[in-house]
Amino acid sequence: MKKLSLAIYLLLLVALIAAPFFGAYPVFVMKLMCFALFASAFNLLLGYTGLLSFGHAAFLGGSAYVAGHAIKVWGLTPELGLLAGTLSGAFLGWVFGILAIRRQGIYFAMITLALAQMMFFVALQAKFTGGEDGLQGVPRGKLFGLIDLSNDLTMYYVALVIVVAAFLLIVRTIHSPFGQVLKGIKENEPRALSLGYDVSRFKLLAFVISAALSGLAGSLKTLVLGFATLSDVHWTASGQVILMTLVGGLGTLSGPLVGSAVVVLLENKIGELGNFLARLTTVDWFNTLGESVTMVTGLIFVICVLAFRKGIMGEIIAFIERRRAHRQTPH
Amino acid sequence: MTISLPGLLSQLLLGLVNGSFYAILSLGLAVIFGLLNVINFAHGALFMLGAVLTWMAMEYLGVNYWVMLIAAPIVVGAFGVLIERLLLRWIYKLDHLYGLLLTLGLTLLIEGVFRSVYGVSGLQYDAPEALSSATDLGFMVLPNYRAWVVVASLVVCFATWYVIEKTRLGAYLRAGTENPRLVEAFGVNVPLMITLTYAFGAGLAAFAGVLAAPVIQVSPLMGQNLIIVVFAVVVIGGMGSIMGAILTGLGLGVIEGFTKVFYPEASSTVVFVIMVIVLLIRPAGLFGKEK
Repeated sequence: MKKLSLAIYLLLLVALIAAPFFGAYPVFVMKLMCFALFASAFNLLLGYTGLLSFGHAAFLGGSAYVAGHAIKVWGLTPELGLLAGTLSGAFLGWVFGILAIRRQGIYFAMITLALAQMMFFVALQAKFTGGEDGLQGVPRGKLFGLIDLSNDLTMYYVALVIVVAAFLLIVRTIHSPFGQVLKGIKENEPRALSLGYDVSRFKLLAFVISAALSGLAGSLKTLVLGFATLSDVHWTASGQVILMTLVGGLGTLSGPLVGSAVVVLLENKIGELGNFLARLTTVDWFNTLGESVTMVTGLIFVICVLAFRKGIMGEIIAFIERRRAHRQTPH
Repeated sequence: MTISLPGLLSQLLLGLVNGSFYAILSLGLAVIFGLLNVINFAHGALFMLGAVLTWMAMEYLGVNYWVMLIAAPIVVGAFGVLIERLLLRWIYKLDHLYGLLLTLGLTLLIEGVFRSVYGVSGLQYDAPEALSSATDLGFMVLPNYRAWVVVASLVVCFATWYVIEKTRLGAYLRAGTENPRLVEAFGVNVPLMITLTYAFGAGLAAFAGVLAAPVIQVSPLMGQNLIIVVFAVVVIGGMGSIMGAILTGLGLGVIEGFTKVFYPEASSTVVFVIMVIVLLIRPAGLFGKEK
């Protein structure tokens, strides 16, 4: 199993390195990678610690603004801009964390949602975010003052290195003793508490790490696309990352990668899919599918919760394990 | 900065109007959560359904406001029965989180459907003629419709409180919240009670939606911002007490109204700021008991 999954990850990495040479549009793949990182960071919290944050848009969008502002107005270099974004994500995560961890379960979700909504109104009204227009025209600049990022291909490989490094950090965190304690908290919080673990501190640290990496994803997205907008701080972005993680598979490393790809592709290609279905079935209504992304997203949510809770990767892993168990039982 | 008394009073009234919506919605959320252990994210969408159905009835069928005040809650309540029977029923045994996610999906689905038909711009709905004028009280001019919203909401809220706290039916409900299996053992049809509770909560939300139609712009998205504020209200009040939900809702509406007068920039965030303060001082909420 381990060897197999390692081989698959290596294959994925090779595919990502080669992608621009096979006609993949670098900016789109970079956007995908940002969301994959965002979903992986979110999964660290929901999938491995059992905390449902409904406010992760605040970290994605908030850091996107901070990084954009730092680069555009303060004239920081890209790497410092990313650092500023990541640190602001961590700080915001710390603030959200100490408040939300005071309550458990469903209240935790509601508190994070409410706090993120507050951030949305702040972003809407503050001067430096540009309100409804967003923060436009963020230059990519030169990495370390040397490497010019305005070239899409250069930007692509820099982004790839950053995302892979962040993903490896998440993997390392999950497999570390710290990650094991998080899993222990998820399985049974009172037990972890009675074993002497300071559960609140572990939760807070997990929250801060997740928020910081979400902030990195948001900052990178701003750097790649050159703008930060309100849609990243809106609560629907928090809902979207939950969906990505759920579709891909909660508590699996590969799940958020697959889930984010599925959701982003679906949202971008749903119009085409609708046109195709319209031709296939001659039902005209399908042609309007492109305008009904929310509806389709909602439907996927409902189906996932009712019938498909393990997600794509969760189902695949369960299937492989069942087969292995079947093979190992002596006849 | 000078603030006139009539201006202050009219903002106070507007705050009470919003507070009434908060009260009715958080009341419904609390009742549903008590028995179903589901946080009903779709509450905002059901509120929107009430308002949009009212608008549609007037637009297409010429059915007036007063009929819809009764009909919309019944229709949406029936829709609630469907939601509970077909969808929610399957997830009671799972973690609470799935209830939130399922109703979130439902919200996106319902809003998406109406969005694809009506877009996101507001639909105009006029207050019924009997209430469209204003009464001059001498110290301020009282818009009749707003006064009606507050009175009607208070009546509905206190009627709900009375039924739950003082009647036999309410006693079953409270017992079901404490220990559903024991209540079932006494011969009460708990699954039916659960269905009706959800339908009742849905109906309440729709009732608030009908009341809101002439004062808030009717639009497919009118529920989604409201529901997040209502979540904050629920966190502030705690879901343990019915009266707590009503008082917190009204109180926060009034505070929001005053904020609009004294510091308008903060009017959209003040409820969340109060939530933060309450979490720091009294994490279980003003009327809450940890569950």
